[in-house]
Order: sequence, then C-alpha cells, then structure tokens
Amino acid sequence: MLTRVLPVFVVVAAITGLWYLACIPMNAHQSVTDLERAGEVVVPGGAAERRDMAGVSLVLQNPAAVQAAFGQERPRLPAPHQVGAEIWETTANKRITSKRSLVYHGWITLSATLLGFAIGTVAGIALAVGIVHVRAMDMSVMPWAIASQTIPILAIAPMIIVVLNSVGVQGLVPKAMISAYLSFFPVVVGMVKGLRSPDRMQLDLLTTYSATRAQTLWKLRLPASMPYLFTSLKIGIAASLVGAIVGELPTGAAGGLGARLLAGSYYGQTIQIWAALFWAAILAATLVGLIGLIQRVTLNRMGMAA
Amino acid sequence: MTQDTVIKAENLGLTFETNDGPVRALTDVNLEINKGDFVSFIGPSGCGKTTFLRVIAALETPTSGEITVNGMTPDAARQARAYGYVFQAAGLYPWRTIAGNIRLPLEIMGYAKADQAERVERVLELVDLDGFGEKYPWQLSGGMQQRASIARALAFDADILLMDEPFGALDEIVRDRLNEELLSLWARTEKTIGFVTHSIPEAVYLSTKIVVMSPRPGRITDVIDSPLPKERPLDIRDSAEFIEIAHRVREGLRAGHGDDV
Repeated sequence: MLTRVLPVFVVVAAITGLWYLACIPMNAHQSVTDLERAGEVVVPGGAAERRDMAGVSLVLQNPAAVQAAFGQERPRLPAPHQVGAEIWETTANKRITSKRSLVYHGWITLSATLLGFAIGTVAGIALAVGIVHVRAMDMSVMPWAIASQTIPILAIAPMIIVVLNSVGVQGLVPKAMISAYLSFFPVVVGMVKGLRSPDRMQLDLLTTYSATRAQTLWKLRLPASMPYLFTSLKIGIAASLVGAIVGELPTGAAGGLGARLLAGSYYGQTIQIWAALFWAAILAATLVGLIGLIQRVTLNRMGMAA
Repeated sequence: MTQDTVIKAENLGLTFETNDGPVRALTDVNLEINKGDFVSFIGPSGCGKTTFLRVIAALETPTSGEITVNGMTPDAARQARAYGYVFQAAGLYPWRTIAGNIRLPLEIMGYAKADQAERVERVLELVDLDGFGEKYPWQLSGGMQQRASIARALAFDADILLMDEPFGALDEIVRDRLNEELLSLWARTEKTIGFVTHSIPEAVYLSTKIVVMSPRPGRITDVIDSPLPKERPLDIRDSAEFIEIAHRVREGLRAGHGDDV
C-alpha cells in the first residue's frame, strides 16, 4: 500500500511546492501595490514604474511581497489553499440548488457529458460495425472520421449550437452533440480493431457451422471486442466532458462548469476559475475511474482480464 | 462409387495465387474415404494435408477436379451439417463456460433449448468431461480444453469428424491418452474421421487408412490400408505389424521428399 501511495504523494507534494513558489513572482505586482497602499515603503514607488518589471526582481527588492502573495482577493495565480477553500466553500457549504454551488454547475455539465457520451458510444459502435461489415464504409468512413477530429472543437462548437438553436433545440442537447462529436472517434477506432480481433481459426470455426454474419457479430466479434471497447470508453468519456465544457462557453450558458469558467474570467475571479477547473478534473478522473472499475468487473467475469 | 463412400476426390487440384506466383498446394488428388474409416493424412509441412481437409470442409475451394462429401458438394454438405471440425487450438471462448462453448454450434443451428442441454450432457460424457460443464476454459488443462473442443464438434451429430492436428500442441503423455480415448470414441460413435498429423506413431496407431503426402507440389504418394485390428491397446505399438506399417509410412515420406530434405 505504502509503495503505491508514496510516489503519488511525493509528486503531489512537489507540484504543490512548485505552485506555492510560482505564486510569489506571479502575484508580486499586486503584492507590492497592496503594501504601498498600506503605507509601507516599496522600491520602486508607483505602479506605473513597476509595470514592466519582472516579478522576480520585484520580489528581490521587496522581501515583504513574499508573504503578501498568498492571500490576495484576485491573484494572478491563486495559492493552492485558496483554491482548496473555494472548492470546499462552493461544494460543501452551498445548497446544491444554489447558482454558486459547484455541485449544481457540475451536474449541468455532467448530464450533458453523459448524454453525449451515450450518443457518441452508440454512434461509434454502429459506425465500427458498418466499417467491419461493409466494404464501401470501410473505404469511405474512416477518412471522414479522422478529418472530423482535425477541426478545432472551439471552431465548430458555436456553429453546432447556433444551427441547433435555429431549429429550436436548446439547452442540454446541443452540448451533448458536441460531447458526442468528440467521444465517438475513439470508440470507432477501438471497436474496428476489436471487432477484427478474432483470428482466422475462430472465424473458420463459425464458417463450419454455416453461421450468418449477424451470428458471427453477436456471438464472436462483439464479445471479443470488449477489452478494446473499454479502453476506448475511458478516452471517450474524458473527451465528452471536455466537449460539454466547451459547449457551454459560446452560449453564455447560465449554468455548467464551462459557464463558471467563463464568468470567472469575465470578472477576474481567478480563484473561481481554478476551483471550476479542479472540479472538472476531479469529475473526469472519477468518470474514467468508474469505467475502469466496470471494465475490471466485466472482463474478469468474461475471463478476459488482461 | 459404392454406397459406403463418404468422401470422393477425383483429380483434385488447388493452386493458390500468391505474390511470388502460383503455389500448387494440391495436385491430382484421388481418394475415396468410406463410411466408418479412420483416415490419417501425414506428411511434412506444405504437403497440402491441412489444405485437403479444408477443401472437404468447404473452407477452401479447389481450382480443378471434383470432390463430393456425402454425395454432395462440400458447400452443400456443410449446410447439411455433414461434419464437425476440430482445429489445432481448442479455440474455446473464454467468456463462455465449457457447456456454453459446446452449446455454441447448437445455438447457431437453432436447436431447441431442451435439446441443447441434453446434447451438451451427452457429449460431455462422451469425452469424459461430465461435471465440468459449468467450468470456464481457463480452469481446464490443455488436454481437457481440446477434449471440450471435440465435444463441441460432436454436439450436432455430424457423421464426419475432421481433425487438423488436434493434439499437436499437447505433450506426449496427454497425447497418448487422448489417442486412446479418440479410438474408443470412434468405436462407440462409428463416425468417419479425417485426421491430420505430423506424427508417424499417431497415424499408425489411430488409422484404418493412412494417406502419405509430400510437398512441392502437394500430392498423395501412398495410401496404406492398415491391417491392425479395430481393438488397439496402447502396447500394440510394440508389435511387429505396427512397426512394419510405421516403416512403410517412413519410406513413403522419404521417397516423397526426394533430395531436398
């Protein structure tokens, strides 16, 4: 246990330490300005004089700026404990129906993520089945699928939302479409490989039973593709979450982690941005972990554990 | 063609088109297999023995000549469930139990549920695996897995059993045992068996008819009708008759090889 936890702990501690260290020069200008307003003597005096100075040299000339870097209201880089406190405050100390609760916003994003993930997975599996069975699809679909992923999602997301809005579809579905757009691709790639994983001998065996293609699909190809499917789903669900967040940005949506990020950047609420970012990261890790768990249980039951 | 002829090949040939030019996998194969025969195909790699078995099973299509299985084309025979095929590897599905694996062909062929269960029980007993139906493949040894795959091939009552080096991956002790069991299975079920092997003792011990083949191009060089009795204890392999047949097989293999050994 210790051997597994220790490396993780060391890495987290190192990142946290670096983060605190980076706060000092990043927030130096504000620190020195705050000190000056409080009546302390700072070098050089006057914010205009300091504007073009590097944070590091500012701190070297004003050692008091070190302490002032960790408690600002709108720091350039919030300290870890500030972000932690904000997460705690907006997660545990707010009613989950409150617009200031990250649980509220997280749920809005999560629902779009899950719907988009479901659509993307079904579409991905359907396309993969088509690619494996229809030669014309094999030749034609894959290049388009790859091309679709080369378009920046930030470019296409507003268009999807505007187009769907013009036909009267709003709210959850447009965001889910963007999630689906990102998550179908890894499922297609993984499932094509998975459905083709049975070897010649296994396919010959079914031929000797005069099995139909549908029977081959249900009894051999689909079960054999499970390990590939789960690997794809893990990538797909993380992509779905990104899609849902990106989908919330251009709408000026009232809710969701994306809206929270956008609002934070409008009003210079850096702590709020970081808290929403961490919430999104924790959500993604939880979703991926959950699929990993289902993967382990399923593959163990199927006797296919890696 | 007598009434007992099950498989009949006439001037059969199969040429594969490869990037390095045509490869003649089979040429001028003439062979008759009668009902109840145990026929072994023996020869070095590339002699076409597996290819011939696959032609019987309609897994390959011959490019010349004629072949009939139960008086039909191989394709029609397959549709009529004429044969069960056992591959080199057991190829059991890890996500199905042993019983589930044996049920696979029955499900595909559309047998009724009750009939399926009954047949699974019967063939499990036939290959001496009763009680192992609910186990998963990984819980069984290699020899037991191969027995399960034979049970799978027997489940739908095909008259012909085609076996492509089924015991090739097993150690010799297990192999001896499975050979003995296969003989008793053959005696009880009266199937016609086509059996591909590398091993001279295995071929002589099992067969009523030994087909010696050689490569480049793949062809039959000798067909030996075994004078050994149907009842064959393992120690028959020390008898003079056995050794004589084995000798003839070895001579046939050597002659077929020519100078390129």
